Amino acid sequence: MVDLAAEAAVANGFPGPAYDEPPIIEVRDLSIAYRGKPALDKVTLDIHRHEIFGIIGPANSGKTSFLRALNRMDAFNTAMEVSGSIRINGKNINDWRNEYALRSRIGVVFPLPVGLPLTVYENVAFSPRLRGIRKKAELDEVVERCLTRAALWDEVKDRLDSLGSLLSGGQQQRLTIARALSQEPELLLLDEFSIAVDPVTTMRIEDVLKELRSELTIVLVTNLVQQARRLADRTAFFLMGELVEIGATEDLFEGEVRDKRTTGYIEGRFG
Amino acid sequence: MAWYVDRAARVLVFVGGISAIVFIIGIFVFITKEGLDFVLGPLSLGEFFTSIAWRPTSNNPTYGALALIVGTASVTGFAMLFSVPLSLGAALFIAEFATGRTRETLKILVEMLAAIPSVVWGFVGMSIMNPLIIQVFDVPLGLGVLNAGLILGLMAAPIMTTIAEDALKAVPDTYREAAEALGATRWEVIVKVVIPASRNGLLAAVLLGVGRGFGETMAVLMASGHAINLPTSVFDSVRALTATIASELGDTVTGGAHWGSLFTLGILLFVVTFLINLTADIVVRGIRKK
Repeated sequence: MVDLAAEAAVANGFPGPAYDEPPIIEVRDLSIAYRGKPALDKVTLDIHRHEIFGIIGPANSGKTSFLRALNRMDAFNTAMEVSGSIRINGKNINDWRNEYALRSRIGVVFPLPVGLPLTVYENVAFSPRLRGIRKKAELDEVVERCLTRAALWDEVKDRLDSLGSLLSGGQQQRLTIARALSQEPELLLLDEFSIAVDPVTTMRIEDVLKELRSELTIVLVTNLVQQARRLADRTAFFLMGELVEIGATEDLFEGEVRDKRTTGYIEGRFG
Repeated sequence: MAWYVDRAARVLVFVGGISAIVFIIGIFVFITKEGLDFVLGPLSLGEFFTSIAWRPTSNNPTYGALALIVGTASVTGFAMLFSVPLSLGAALFIAEFATGRTRETLKILVEMLAAIPSVVWGFVGMSIMNPLIIQVFDVPLGLGVLNAGLILGLMAAPIMTTIAEDALKAVPDTYREAAEALGATRWEVIVKVVIPASRNGLLAAVLLGVGRGFGETMAVLMASGHAINLPTSVFDSVRALTATIASELGDTVTGGAHWGSLFTLGILLFVVTFLINLTADIVVRGIRKK
């Protein structure tokens, strides 16, 4: 099996994930419950800089809850109870008095594309404007750069002033990726981004993600086992709120696993 | 069998839909017919729009409606001035900030406010607001633009709040989450995403409030002082178009000039309401196109 991710990385002159540096995300004993009903049970793991970290698992395994905890989305959902600790860049995320500043450094892409009810341009310019960028030329530059990186610029450069919601599903999802990139995030969280996207667009987005790895860290929650295999440097397998397995993606798919449930899921025996 | 039901349901729905058009045309035809003799006869447009002398029962009758038009406009304008921000604020609080029991209680209370009959509001204006205004502002009479405007504003607020709240709630939560994930604060989310997304509904809410103000009769009749007068301050008494029709129509000779003049006021109200709605429609379309 040729490792496409590694190949693309080498082509970019990118040395690969920084495993010898301290991890960017340290999760310790993270448990999540909704109104007392557990969704995630004592998960401990590290995610390293410049890594695509894949999370696979069937529905209700706690993947999305895990992502939501990372940028403190639990603040919106009073029913969501989070315990344990998450450190990003060595700092506990609950110590950020200003959670908005934390979120502005983390890009999120949701399963279904959420185009804000704004034009294509304004969707991408939204976050830069929040950061206080006012000059038109500067915004223009950010918008073009982010749309280009999300492989969307050529398709929308003539219709920047039309509503984002008028784009096709695949284009909208790339628009949300462009929007996430406009935050200049250190961390990009993707939650089953390809659910509403056709296979060709999915492959284009996957190529984009491989290139982005040289600049940022990506956490990729996916329900497509093969997608994790194509993209992720390391992969974690969540099942019913339990972290069953974590390891180099290659090893997992070669069958080097501690738990036979992992092989069962990967080979499609359940899920 | 099923196609039968389908056909019947379709006809019923069609009739229901078309009836709105039939009624509005019917009303227009009726008031125009009643007012036509007057419009083509004794009416002088110059006098109607520029004179404040509304003396339809005099031996030498004059029909200057300026004071009535200004009366309606000033009361409605004053009412909107404070009730639009009040209602939108209330709607924002209920839709975006209040949760659980607070939210439910507030919604029920607001809807109850909307159900208070207008004559009760008029009574409040006369017996509570009037002495209060006299006392607080040290003026001889508390029935006027201020009183009627406050009463009208309070009457319109629950409707505007309810409609505006529905409009805000119709904005999907995914928008809020997406914007918050981009690092926007609650307030930024509301100003930059939620309000723009619900603009049409909010506009509809405000226009319903304006419509309510134009059309309200009894409360304005009771709280405005009902005196023909061009107001120079908010304490002056005024007379509204609607109140004039309501108070005078019973004393007129059917088909006479006075009768016709009141229907002409009706035509004016109808046209103004129509124009407001048309403007709103154009504005909303304009927003949509963008």
